[in-house]
Amino acid sequence: MTTATKNISFNEALPALFGAQFSTGGWFTGREAALKQFLALGGIPTVKVEDWKYTNVVPFFKNDIQVTLPEVPEVTAAQLEATGLLLPDTYRLVLVNGVLQPHLSQLPPATQATVSKLSEAGSQPAVERYFHQSPKIAGFHFAQLNAALFNDGLFIEVKAKAQVEQPIQVVHLYLADQPRLFNPRHLVVVNEGASVQIVESAAGIGLTDNVVINSVTESIVSERAQLSQYQLQTGGSQLRFINQNLVEQKGKSLYNNYTFTLTDSDFVRNNLNISLNEERTETHMYGFYIAAGSQLIDNHTSVDHRMPHCESNELYRGVLMDKATGVFNGKIYVHEDAQKTNAFQQNNNLVISPDAAIYTKPQLEIFADDVKCSHGCTIGQVSDDALFYLRARGIGEAEARNLLVKAFAFDITAKVTIPAVRKQVEQIASQYLHA
Amino acid sequence: MLDIKNLHAAVEGNAILKGINLTVKPGEVHAIMGPNGSGKSSLASVLAGRESYEVTDGSVDFLGKDLLDMSPEVRAREGLFLAFQYPVEIPGVSNINFLKTAVNEIRAYHGEPPMQAKAFLDMLKSKQKLMEFDANLMNRSLNEGFSGGEKKRNDIFQMAMLEPKLAIMDETDSGLDIDALRIVSAGVNKLRNKDNAFIIITHYQRLLEYIVPDFVHVLYNGRIVKSGTKELALELEEKGYDWLKEDIRLEEPVQ
Repeated sequence: MTTATKNISFNEALPALFGAQFSTGGWFTGREAALKQFLALGGIPTVKVEDWKYTNVVPFFKNDIQVTLPEVPEVTAAQLEATGLLLPDTYRLVLVNGVLQPHLSQLPPATQATVSKLSEAGSQPAVERYFHQSPKIAGFHFAQLNAALFNDGLFIEVKAKAQVEQPIQVVHLYLADQPRLFNPRHLVVVNEGASVQIVESAAGIGLTDNVVINSVTESIVSERAQLSQYQLQTGGSQLRFINQNLVEQKGKSLYNNYTFTLTDSDFVRNNLNISLNEERTETHMYGFYIAAGSQLIDNHTSVDHRMPHCESNELYRGVLMDKATGVFNGKIYVHEDAQKTNAFQQNNNLVISPDAAIYTKPQLEIFADDVKCSHGCTIGQVSDDALFYLRARGIGEAEARNLLVKAFAFDITAKVTIPAVRKQVEQIASQYLHA
Repeated sequence: MLDIKNLHAAVEGNAILKGINLTVKPGEVHAIMGPNGSGKSSLASVLAGRESYEVTDGSVDFLGKDLLDMSPEVRAREGLFLAFQYPVEIPGVSNINFLKTAVNEIRAYHGEPPMQAKAFLDMLKSKQKLMEFDANLMNRSLNEGFSGGEKKRNDIFQMAMLEPKLAIMDETDSGLDIDALRIVSAGVNKLRNKDNAFIIITHYQRLLEYIVPDFVHVLYNGRIVKSGTKELALELEEKGYDWLKEDIRLEEPVQ
C-alpha cells in the first residue's frame, strides 16, 4: 500500500519537476506532449497493465528517486579500462550519464558516419525526420517518460553505401551518489546500402545507490542497409534497466539484434519493437539471459509484418536459477497486406532450481492468408538421458550438468559473428553458470 | 573381473532382473542373447548405473570392488564402458571437447595430470585411424545429426579412446547396415586383448559372426536360462527362442 502511494506521488510530483527543469530544454518541442501522454497512460505502469503483468516496476520508483538533469562527472581512461568491457578492434563511443565524451572516444571516420551528441543534432535532417516518430511509440509508458525527461544521448548516422568495417562499441557509464533516474536517448540512422555493427555495454562507476536507466533508442534501417545491434548487459550491479529499441526496416534491409543479459543487476526489462515497413526485409533476433538470485529479467519483443515477402526469425533462451524470475513475451503481428511472410519464433528455458520461475508467452496474430509462421516455447531441465550419457563416460555429475547448460547457452552465442564479442559473452556466461 | 551374483532389479516396482549369475574373466567375450523384453538391455543399464533401475537383491563385484556402490561416472573411471543402444545427441557439446573432458576426468580419478593438448591430439589421430572414424565428425556437436551408423561408430571410437577394462555393448548391431557392422566389429576385434573383456548384448546371431564370443548366454524372463559356447548362438538362430520357452515352462513349478 505504501509503495502505491509513493508511486502516485512520483506521478504527481512529475509535472512540477518537469516545469522547473525540462519544459524549455533543448531543440525537442515535444517534451510537454510526451509528459501529458505518459500521465494519460497512467504514469508508471502497475501490474494491472497487461505488458507489465509479471513485472512490478513500481517499487523502483519509490522514495526520493531523483529525476533532475544529471551532472556529468569526469571519468578517466583508467576508470574506463577498469570496467573490463572494452573490446579490441572497434570504434568506441563513451557516454557518461548519457553524454558523449569525445576525449574517451574513438569515432568512425566522418566520411562513413556522423556521430554527435543528440543534444547538438537538432538541425540534422535525419533527426527532424525520424526522432520520436516510431509507429507505436505513443503507447509505451517509458518511451514517453524518456521523451519528456531525456538529457542527451547519441546521434549516429551512417552515410549511404558506407561499409563501416569495425564494429562501433558504445560504452554507457553511470555515476551517481543517490537513487536516480537516467533517461538517455539515441537515434541510429543507417542510410541506403550502408552497413554497420553497434555493440552496447553499460557499467556503473562507484554507485552507492540503485539507479534506474530508462533508455530509448530509435533505429532506422534504410533500403538495402544492414544493421546489427548487440546489447551486452553484463556487470551492472546497482543498475536497473528499462530498455526500449524501436526499429524501423525499409525495403530489402537486414537487421540483426543480439540481447545478452548476463548481469548482477536485479532488474532488467528489454523492449524490442521492430516494424517491417517495406517489402523483402530480413530480421534476426537472438536473446540469451541468465537469471539468478532474486533477479527479474524481462524481454518483451514485437515484430510488425506490414508488407509482403518479409522474413523474421527470433530465438531467445534463458537459464533460470535460484529464486529468479524470467519473463518472455514475443508478439508477431502479420498485417493484412503482409502476404508471403515468413515468421519464426522460439523461446526455450532451462529452469534449474525449484524456486525459479519463467512466464513465457509467444503471441502470433495473423491477418494475411498466405504466410508461414511458427512459434513455440519450452520450459525444462537438462535431459536425464544426456546427463547419464556424459556420466557413463566418466564425467562427474556437476561437470556434466555444467556442460549441458553451457551447450544450451552456446547454441545462441554461436550466432555472434564478432569473435571478440562471442568470447566476452561466453566467458561471462561461463562465470555465471559456474557460480 | 566381473562377478554377478543373484542380481535382482526393478523399474518402478516391476521386477526386471530375477537372479542373474555371471562371471567374466579378463580376455573373455561373453554374448548375451534372448528374446525382446527378456531383460538384456536392463542388465546393461543396471551395470552402468542408470538411476531409474533399483537393485533389489544380489551383488556385483568389479575388479574387487562393489560396483553397485559406485555412481555411473565412478564405474566409468574404474574401467566400465557401456556402448549405448541409442547414443544420445547433445547439441552444443563438441565431440572433441567432450572426449577431452572425459579422458581428463578419468585421469584425475587415477591421480594422473591432465593430458597435454599435443598428446591428446596424437592419441585422437591414431585412434581415428585405427577405428576408421571420420575426422570431420570430431568437430561436430556430440552425435548431432549423425546417422544411426555414425553414432554407433562414435561410441566405439570413444571406447578406443577411454580404453575400458570391461565393455558392455548394448545391441550395438541394431540399426547397422552390413558395412557399418563390419567396421564396428573390426574395431572391437582390434581392441580385444588378454586384459580386457566384452559383454555383447544382441538379439541376432549376425554380429557374432564378426565378433566371435567365448561364451553365449540366453537371458529369458530376467534370468540366464542357458549358457554354452558359440555353437549355442547358431542353434538359437536356427530354432528361434520358442523351444527354450517350452523347456523353461516345463521346469517352472505349477502354480
